[in-house]
Amino acid sequence: MSDLLAARSQMGISLAFHIVFAVIGIAMPLMMVIAERRWQVTGHDIYLDLAKRWAKGTATLFAVGAVSGTVLSFELGLLWPRFMEFAGPIIGMPFSLEGFAFFTEAIFLGIYLYGWDRISPRAHLWAGVGVAVSGAASGIFVVIANAWMNAPAGFELVDGRAVNVDPIAAMGNAAAVSQTIHMTLAAYAATGFAVAGIHALLLLRDPANAFHRRALQIALIVGAPAAVLQPLSGDLSARHIAVHQPVKLAAAEAAFATQAGAPLTLGGWPDVDARATRFAVEIPYALSLLAFHDPHAVVKGLDAVPRDDWPNVPAVHLSFQLMVVLGTYLAVVSLWVGWLAWRRRDLAHNRWLMRAVAFATPMGFIAVEAGWMVTELGRQPWVIYGVLRTSDAVTPMPGLVVPFLAFTLLYCFLGVIVVWLLYRQILQSPTMPEWRGFYMPAKGRGTGKEEGA
Amino acid sequence: MTLADLVAGIIFLALNAYALLGGADFGGGVWDLLATGPRKERQREVIAEAIGPVWEANHVWLILALVLLFTCFPPAFARLGTLLHIPLSLVLFGIVLRGSAFTFWRYGGGGHGDPGQRHWGVVFAVASLITPLLLGTTVGAIASGGLADRGAGTGGAFYAAYVAPWLNPFALSVGVFALVAFAFLAAVYLTVEVEEPELREDFRRRALASGVALFGVALSALLLSPAAVRGALVFASWAVPLHLLTGAAAVTALAALCYRHWRLARAAAAVQVSLILWGWALSQRPYILPPDLTVAAAAGPPATLRLALAALVLGAVVLLPSLYYLFRVFKAGERPSLE
Ligand code: HDD
Ligand code: HEM
Ligand code: HEM
Repeated sequence: MSDLLAARSQMGISLAFHIVFAVIGIAMPLMMVIAERRWQVTGHDIYLDLAKRWAKGTATLFAVGAVSGTVLSFELGLLWPRFMEFAGPIIGMPFSLEGFAFFTEAIFLGIYLYGWDRISPRAHLWAGVGVAVSGAASGIFVVIANAWMNAPAGFELVDGRAVNVDPIAAMGNAAAVSQTIHMTLAAYAATGFAVAGIHALLLLRDPANAFHRRALQIALIVGAPAAVLQPLSGDLSARHIAVHQPVKLAAAEAAFATQAGAPLTLGGWPDVDARATRFAVEIPYALSLLAFHDPHAVVKGLDAVPRDDWPNVPAVHLSFQLMVVLGTYLAVVSLWVGWLAWRRRDLAHNRWLMRAVAFATPMGFIAVEAGWMVTELGRQPWVIYGVLRTSDAVTPMPGLVVPFLAFTLLYCFLGVIVVWLLYRQILQSPTMPEWRGFYMPAKGRGTGKEEGA
Repeated sequence: MTLADLVAGIIFLALNAYALLGGADFGGGVWDLLATGPRKERQREVIAEAIGPVWEANHVWLILALVLLFTCFPPAFARLGTLLHIPLSLVLFGIVLRGSAFTFWRYGGGGHGDPGQRHWGVVFAVASLITPLLLGTTVGAIASGGLADRGAGTGGAFYAAYVAPWLNPFALSVGVFALVAFAFLAAVYLTVEVEEPELREDFRRRALASGVALFGVALSALLLSPAAVRGALVFASWAVPLHLLTGAAAVTALAALCYRHWRLARAAAAVQVSLILWGWALSQRPYILPPDLTVAAAAGPPATLRLALAALVLGAVVLLPSLYYLFRVFKAGERPSLE
């Protein structure tokens, strides 16, 4: 394994690990706040129990997110010193703002988790709001930094050095809007469906369990609207990359040749040497239509750049397909939920719906990982698109396979423990006798329309 | 004083805050490991209660220093990441294990006293011991001026570039110093935070012992230091007043502990450790990475520095009241109860 490959793999593993906790850290606080607010409005202690149980799980996940994020901040220098030397002054700004967002997040999380009986209920709820807002803000800031790597702006390149640095313009780069919207929605969709899925699984055994019914409802209030919006925002992302990162779109679509009236390629295996995609279904004109809203528009193919500048086409194509399939599934299930809720049907007793939601448990997270593979692998061989190659950014330190293996083992170990701890915690919940017989009044049940989500 | 000096000073302030707050959280882990006597379990309990609500916030000081460093002084960040790859990776291992083991221990299903959870407590404590040691060692490597840009190397050159700067007696002695200093801070803070008199005496004894040990390790670090560092620390114009102040703070801290003036002891200990840190900063001025990279040469473009400063002011407006609130809720002597 070359040092460059080891560095890329270590970065990829660390990010893929961190994003799971980051996504949970963005969306879980919102769900806790909704549950707590409902407790304050309705006076039903079941909501308080729910908020506390969610908070307990989140505490563990948040700590792992914080330490894995710390690893990332260091890894930027440990693995990519030349990238940071170039990019630091230009794009350090969102990282610094993110630092402050972390601060408020960690402060209010401490208050939220440990302050249940130290501060007034109102102050406690506001602490939760503080966590939710700063969690979303930290995600947005760091994605702005990533967007800049995809669509660099805010500097001029003179003899390989950046001059006329304008950090504000760098933050306003072309990819920032589409990526931050798509990522923030992804966080709510993925976490909302993961939580809803777990409670749906438990409801399949015990549909009258009031605890899980309410948990399901709140999780869907957060997850379903985001999942419906996600394909629309994905379309925005796709149209952005069609203009600014044509190679990435070409790899995602496995489009080898530049053509007008390009078809949309579904499935298939891209054969890079033959420059053709086998076993694919093609929908005529659909790619031009989706990317430029014009059936005859010219869509650049991989042939627009030299072979050396291609990313790993099969990996990007498959990841993209996976994300779109999962996104479509989540959106359809969400529309189904919305329809039933609008008709005021009892969601928990609809076994097919519960099966569909339970089936969706891991899907949002898989889509998040797949989407990031599109973004990051699709940018290769560049770390800053068109400006700095990944191979020129890597540290001269030899033997990088050692830290790569060490961190991979560490993350596998932590991952197993976290899953096991959460499993134990979830196992504890359905046997709670106190909420078993607590039946929910039919009104206000299972609708997705109350309270801001 | 230039803009770059100002920003560098602020970064150092963040590091100072990290040492006083995050450092004490590590020190708590050390006392968890060394818990003895009839109140052993109670000691561990109060340590965990003291760390629980604040350690994640305290930890962010390090992140803040780091992001400001790569925003405002990118060549320094790049060189640190390259030449100190090995010890910094080990520090990261320690940080990851400390943080996650702590939460697994405190939140891992069963009750706090659950003996099945104690192995996480051990991981937490051992990681709390090793991380400051390595962190201090990297500081020693920087202070000793071993991080000159010699370029990449393998074989013998590998050792010279990537290992020798930190694997030497001086750097390691700074590591030991950091460890003892953090343990000292933790013990002093705990005397203020615990309420039971016997526990307080436990931590008072620990504070006194580590405070005395701190003199010893500081002296040995000074004796092991390279001549250039020692020269700056002893003969610079600011050196004598600074040493006198530090010594006064140290004596005050120990005397206050003897006479059980807990709050005075806490303030004096914090001042003492801060002054030592600032002594380090002053001794290597104008270099950010001695022997050749100055603050001015490493600084990013003025536009970036100005914006970073603006962001810092803006951030402080949000941050300082929030921090004050956090510590008021959890660290005020009389627990506020708004209910
Ligand atoms: C719940 C997660 C999720 C779901 C359901 C979708 N995506 Fe996505 N997608 C992401 C999660 C995600 C992501 C992980 O959040 C990415 C990676 C980088 C980013 O900004 O968002 C992403 C990136 C990403 C990109 C690359 C953007 C770039 O590199 O700038 C495109 C073109 C799409 N997505 C398009 C779609 C489409 C057409 C979807 C239709 C169903 C879709 N996504 C569903
Ligand atoms: C959290 C979600 C993310 C995931 C899952 C992810 C995934 C990856 C992967 C798989 C790679 C290796 C790509 C390759 O070399 O083939 C990579 C590289 C990298 N990513 Fe990301 N990424 C994420 C977000 C970010 C963000 C927000 C940033 C920065 C601000 C970032 C910065 C980098 C850098 C600097 C590299 C190394 C250079 C390169 O390979 O291009 N990533 N990431
Ligand atoms: C190169 C990329 C990244 C770096 C350097 C990074 C850095 C960090 C750091 C240092 C922390 C710890 C803060 C603390 O101590 O509380 C953290 C946590 C967090 N990060 Fe990242 N991060 C990266 C990618 C991402 C991405 C892509 C997202 C989301 C979209 C994200 C969202 C979060 C959130 C929400 C937290 C809060 C902690 C949690 O909920 O687990 N980060 N990150």
